Amino acid sequence: MSEAQQSIRTETFNIPAALKDAFLTAFVMGALALPLAGFRIGEQGGAFFAEQRMDWVLIAVVAGFIGRFFLSLARVSLAPRIAPPAGAFFGGIGSWLHTNMVLMSGLAIIAAVILPFLPFTDRLILDRAIYMLIYVMLGWGLNIVVGLAGLLDLGYVAFYAVGAYSYALLSTHFELSFWICLPLAGLFAAGFGVILGFPVLRLRGDYLAIVTLGFGEIIRVILLNWYTVTNGPDGISGIARPSLFGLMEFTRNPKEGVVAFHEFFNIPFSGEHRMVFLYFLILALALITNFFTLRMRKLPVGRAWEALREDEIACRSLGINPTNVKLSAFAIGAMFAGFAGSFFATRQGFVSPESFTFIESAIILAIVVLGGMGSQIGVVIASFVLVLGPEFIRELQEYRMLAFGGLMVLIMMWRPRGLLAYRDPTIRLWPVKSKGARK
Amino acid sequence: MEYFIQQLINGLTLGAIYGLIAIGYTMVYGIIGMINFAHGEIYMIGAFVSFIAFLVLGAVGITYIPLALLVVLLLAMVFSAIYGWSVERIAYRPLRGAPRLSPLISAIGMSIFLQNYVQILQGARVKAMQPLISGGFTLMEHDGFTVTISYLQIFIIVLTIVLMAVFATVIGKTALGRAQRACEQDRVMASLVGVNVDRTISLTFVMGASLAAVAGLMVTIYYGVIDFYIGFLAGIKAFTAAVLGGIGSMPGAMLGGLLIGLVEAFWSAYFSIEYKDVAVFSILVLVLIFRPTGILGKPEVDKV
Repeated sequence: MSEAQQSIRTETFNIPAALKDAFLTAFVMGALALPLAGFRIGEQGGAFFAEQRMDWVLIAVVAGFIGRFFLSLARVSLAPRIAPPAGAFFGGIGSWLHTNMVLMSGLAIIAAVILPFLPFTDRLILDRAIYMLIYVMLGWGLNIVVGLAGLLDLGYVAFYAVGAYSYALLSTHFELSFWICLPLAGLFAAGFGVILGFPVLRLRGDYLAIVTLGFGEIIRVILLNWYTVTNGPDGISGIARPSLFGLMEFTRNPKEGVVAFHEFFNIPFSGEHRMVFLYFLILALALITNFFTLRMRKLPVGRAWEALREDEIACRSLGINPTNVKLSAFAIGAMFAGFAGSFFATRQGFVSPESFTFIESAIILAIVVLGGMGSQIGVVIASFVLVLGPEFIRELQEYRMLAFGGLMVLIMMWRPRGLLAYRDPTIRLWPVKSKGARK
Repeated sequence: MEYFIQQLINGLTLGAIYGLIAIGYTMVYGIIGMINFAHGEIYMIGAFVSFIAFLVLGAVGITYIPLALLVVLLLAMVFSAIYGWSVERIAYRPLRGAPRLSPLISAIGMSIFLQNYVQILQGARVKAMQPLISGGFTLMEHDGFTVTISYLQIFIIVLTIVLMAVFATVIGKTALGRAQRACEQDRVMASLVGVNVDRTISLTFVMGASLAAVAGLMVTIYYGVIDFYIGFLAGIKAFTAAVLGGIGSMPGAMLGGLLIGLVEAFWSAYFSIEYKDVAVFSILVLVLIFRPTGILGKPEVDKV
């Protein structure tokens, strides 16, 4: 029967039209490749010259022709059979994760907790895990702003930078401990969120995107140029490492009056103790972010965020003040970025404006978007893929951002709501009739 | 006073460049209501195409400057227009009718993609060019300070005025312009009366991209230094210009561009050059607080 189906489908495949499309695509590909790939700007002794590279254009033309032809072929013969199941597959994963949320998140948390004690876990794995968890936390924080409240924030990294620099400055100038600075950093970041959000949150969403982008750049420019405070491009180094709630330190020779961790437990000193502690610290911070978000969704303000995302006019009619609701989402999102920032500063022991470029904002946004806006577990999966993926494929480092941008476009084309988007209304007026029916 | 006039001239030149980019933003926003985030990259590509075209022309032996400029101008416009068209075809057209954030995210993806695409193909190092046209007029001389307007600045300002006139005619008088204005008001209604909406939107992108390419060419010959990253900042500033002038309005975009150029020039001259970008973005925030519709914009009404 499948053969019969196939023969019917191949009949509908219009070869002349496909060839015409393919020729057109090949022509456009050639035109796109000709100026930028066909010539390379070479440099010799300070003088620039154009180097010919016509073979690249030829490759682009042939690739365009073949690619387009097979795409038309696939659209007729394969797509009806593959695309819906594939779409259903990711949607299905989304809904399956959703229905088995408690089980899955329980398993994930257990796995995360025992990771440092597994036999194969070494410094490198721990380091990568910490790195990834920072992004998970940032993703969850941004999810409040983008996923729940539907505000597009392109300058999220600015709040991360505020958090990192406030810890760095407070600890180097006033020698405050990490545990005092952590809430302060969150507070500062939230304050910046309010200052920025107040004027612009009354406006339409797209303006917000561009203003936050501009704000991200402003913060970076200030960090780069305000030498007396931020030390400019050189950054701030010698930031204090965290202690175990001020009780013990993770150093070989602790300060006067403070016990070292290894001395207290009478075990040999190991640098890994601090790594394990940092790992648990960021894990706890990330989980707090997640737990906080989940609880907020059940509060009136959380409900208002989601309602506002869906329909602002309806919300206004119901007496919700959009500016205040948006401001709360913006400030809370910024606060978590501040926490993550101060963790980043204490983990690195060094901060510089280099770490807070627009690309960071784009990566965090991509994590939220690709994971499916509003999906908490999607953020974890997306950060695993986007942050850890390129780490394992070192050779592709050069093409990392290229693939990254391309992926963002492709995923938006294919699933405009995100890869694992499964957006269940938090509350329903009437119970669902068929379980698992998608919106 | 002399210093002021000199900065005025510099600011106007810079403003003409921003204005040309801003028109692309404003046209696209007017017609499909989205921020074409990749527009700054089209400008960057325009600058690279011009740079390469100059090098190739030099190698072929065409060194008569007016001819070379004309050829490079046409090449940059055509090739960048193809890039603009492809961006719309690939990243935006499949997303018509998708949730509002989706095309914006796809646009950011496209912007990152194009930036890295050029970086990989052409290398990350800064490309520098010999000044093509030198010399200029001395307007005044006082206390040892001379006010000059270079031929290059005259070229940029005149070219901008000519392009403005051409595009104003296209939008105001031709069938394409009418179709564009119709799509701006109501896309469904326009398609019902026989306007090919997809084609009109594509042509809008082509027009915006070719203007951005001209801006790219101007930057290449004015500053003589380009790299793959120039599109990002210029893009945000031009968008700021479009918002300042009132998004959706063509004269507004040009006016906004000129104002941004002037602010940048005067801020660098009288305050600090490091914080000129901060000044520009602060203006964006101030405009949005006090006059969200911009100088020449019409207020937007949300309908249920």
